[in-house]
Amino acid sequence: MADLPDATTSYELLARMALIRRFEEEAGRQYQRAKAGGFLHLAIGEEATIVGTTSVMRDEDYLIGTYRTHGHAIARGTDPKRVMAELFGRVDGTSGGRGGSMHIFDGERRFMGGYGIVGGNLPIAAGLALSADYKGEDAVTVCMFGDGASNTGNFGETMNLAKLWSLPVLFLVENNLYGMGTAVERHSAQTDLSKKAEGYGIPGHRIDGMDVLAVRASVAEGIRLAREERRPTLIEAFTYRYRGHSAADPEVYREREEVEEWQEKDPIEGFARRCIEAGVLGERELQEVRDKADATVLAAVEFADASAEPALDTLYENLYVLDSEHAWYAVDERSPEPHRGEHEGEMPDAARELAEAGAAYAEQSPDGPRPNPAVHGDAELGVEPEVSEEVEDIVPPAQQRRGES
Amino acid sequence: MATLRMREALRDAMAEEMRRDEAVLVMGEDVAVFQGAFKVTEGLLDEFGERRVRDTPISENTIVGAGIGAAMGGLRPIVELMTVNFSLLALDQIINHAAAIPYMFNGQARVPMVVRMPGGGGHQLGPTHSHSLEALFLQVPGLLVACPSTPADGKALLKAAIRDDNPVIFIEHESLYGTRGEVADEVEDGSPALRFGEAAVRREGSDVTIVGILKMAHIAEDAARVLADEHKVEAEVIDPRTLRPLDLDTILESVRKTNRAVIVEEGWPHGGVGANLATLITEQAFDHLDAPVQRVTGADVHMPYSRRLEQASIPHEEHVVSAALAALEGSI
Repeated sequence: MADLPDATTSYELLARMALIRRFEEEAGRQYQRAKAGGFLHLAIGEEATIVGTTSVMRDEDYLIGTYRTHGHAIARGTDPKRVMAELFGRVDGTSGGRGGSMHIFDGERRFMGGYGIVGGNLPIAAGLALSADYKGEDAVTVCMFGDGASNTGNFGETMNLAKLWSLPVLFLVENNLYGMGTAVERHSAQTDLSKKAEGYGIPGHRIDGMDVLAVRASVAEGIRLAREERRPTLIEAFTYRYRGHSAADPEVYREREEVEEWQEKDPIEGFARRCIEAGVLGERELQEVRDKADATVLAAVEFADASAEPALDTLYENLYVLDSEHAWYAVDERSPEPHRGEHEGEMPDAARELAEAGAAYAEQSPDGPRPNPAVHGDAELGVEPEVSEEVEDIVPPAQQRRGES
Repeated sequence: MATLRMREALRDAMAEEMRRDEAVLVMGEDVAVFQGAFKVTEGLLDEFGERRVRDTPISENTIVGAGIGAAMGGLRPIVELMTVNFSLLALDQIINHAAAIPYMFNGQARVPMVVRMPGGGGHQLGPTHSHSLEALFLQVPGLLVACPSTPADGKALLKAAIRDDNPVIFIEHESLYGTRGEVADEVEDGSPALRFGEAAVRREGSDVTIVGILKMAHIAEDAARVLADEHKVEAEVIDPRTLRPLDLDTILESVRKTNRAVIVEEGWPHGGVGANLATLITEQAFDHLDAPVQRVTGADVHMPYSRRLEQASIPHEEHVVSAALAALEGSI
């Protein structure tokens, strides 16, 4: 077991993990209150893999991830307020409400995005690494993806390219044992995922993704190999999400006992205990960490709630880059007077009225908890579900239904 | 002014931009040592070396994805896909990523990448090597789509595409690579001679408007000559040159003058370039139309290998003449 780092670093690791945990819990709660829409993928349980990784990255390094990356952005230093605002679809969100939970991005902190297509971020990671290498920069790209992504064609193609071009990239598979609801044994012929890039000349190894220090040590070495020797490696971090794949997951594919077993290995509790036992941190600091996380997340909710809805005349903004020398693009030819990207403000009245009429439908969703398609079925979407305070509460009805059949 | 083949004009565009801007690089299957499946990248490896002219594995989705990442990291990659058909393996990166990233990350990331690909039939390459998929890319917001028909346009548009900060789908036609045309010499600052969204009026006329893209721009001109010589019909021929953005104004202006429109493309008829343009014309110039908009398209089949069947699947000048005359029926 790796030695504990100094008190400041230990405190910071614990604080980041606790903040992500608290953020995700709150995100789930806000989703239940219909403040956040769409799909919501929570990383509760996976904090050590995230924070262990980002804690050994330099500011100039790129990080690229999946649709489960609220925590990755926060770990990279993105203000939780802006992540929460993105979940709320508001103008102050990381993507101004255009991306949502699955597409968090913070270019300033070189968090190069959450991506909704499984495996879609792998080739892009190779390209980011190529850009740094091409320009003679030191930056390393860390590419995180799930166990399910290791089955995509992009995985093999990207491993091949990364090795062929000696790209400064580190691949980290966050193996939480399930590709959505399909267990690793049922989706991957090779269940030792760390071996899946060996044929391309990329060595891999497995680590305990619930141990923030193990992750730090391993990722630091992977980054060093990428930076100094231009050798890509693959790390398989075993981790576990306590919550469902998304908030709309009745979790019929795993037993409650399994979840509880992993919760005993909780990355935050475990690390806190070690810090206390070693005398690196005291109970007072632990309480402080919890209190700060609580205050930060509640402030994030308040901020997100107060942030404005995106204005309708920004609908076409950033579809194209229009500020280059020759840019002029008709973006919508539906209306008799085509309005152009650079003239959105002069949108004809008729088009504006239509946009407003469409947007008015946004007001018609009922207040309070949203129907959960996985639990209630699409046909019953109109039926208002029972009010529940916690995400977990939405699980029992499905299990109940299963029990009845 | 020099006379160049299309492939040379395209190569010159890349070479000039690479000399001007260190951030420009070329990557694709067989673009370096082999010098391009259609020899469009000939000489680039010699001049710019392996760092900037990169052979890639046969991994279309990853080649395009790596181009996206490189572009997000500040480079200006030109990605060559060996044919339009192979771009179907890269649609995830083209549509879900390249086109979406600037919008879904609210302008924080840019994808200044050009994806070049040749398509079209006429070489007996059969069902999987002869696609014309302009309409597919035309549909996607966030992409720019170029389809040049002359060496001059090819060079100018490719230079404009490389300098553009948006992802560009640059569609070339295999039959046009060897065609010659006058190409202006490089101007001092090397700036492109053409902007996206500027149609060319290839021939002026008052009786019917014929719009054609890529090789069909030439077929449209051929047909216009036949119409003039044999039918005393003066057709106005327009080559849009880019489909996104589309210079609809020039087309509408012409239709308001001629009151008739024929659209020629090599792609499939349903949901095609012509279907889209016919709708736009009908929506916005209905009162000026004296006849239904006519479409001349490729046959609704997978391009057959047999030369006889293949030629039967591709529009020729006779088809365009016939469509123009149908639009003029009763008035001549």
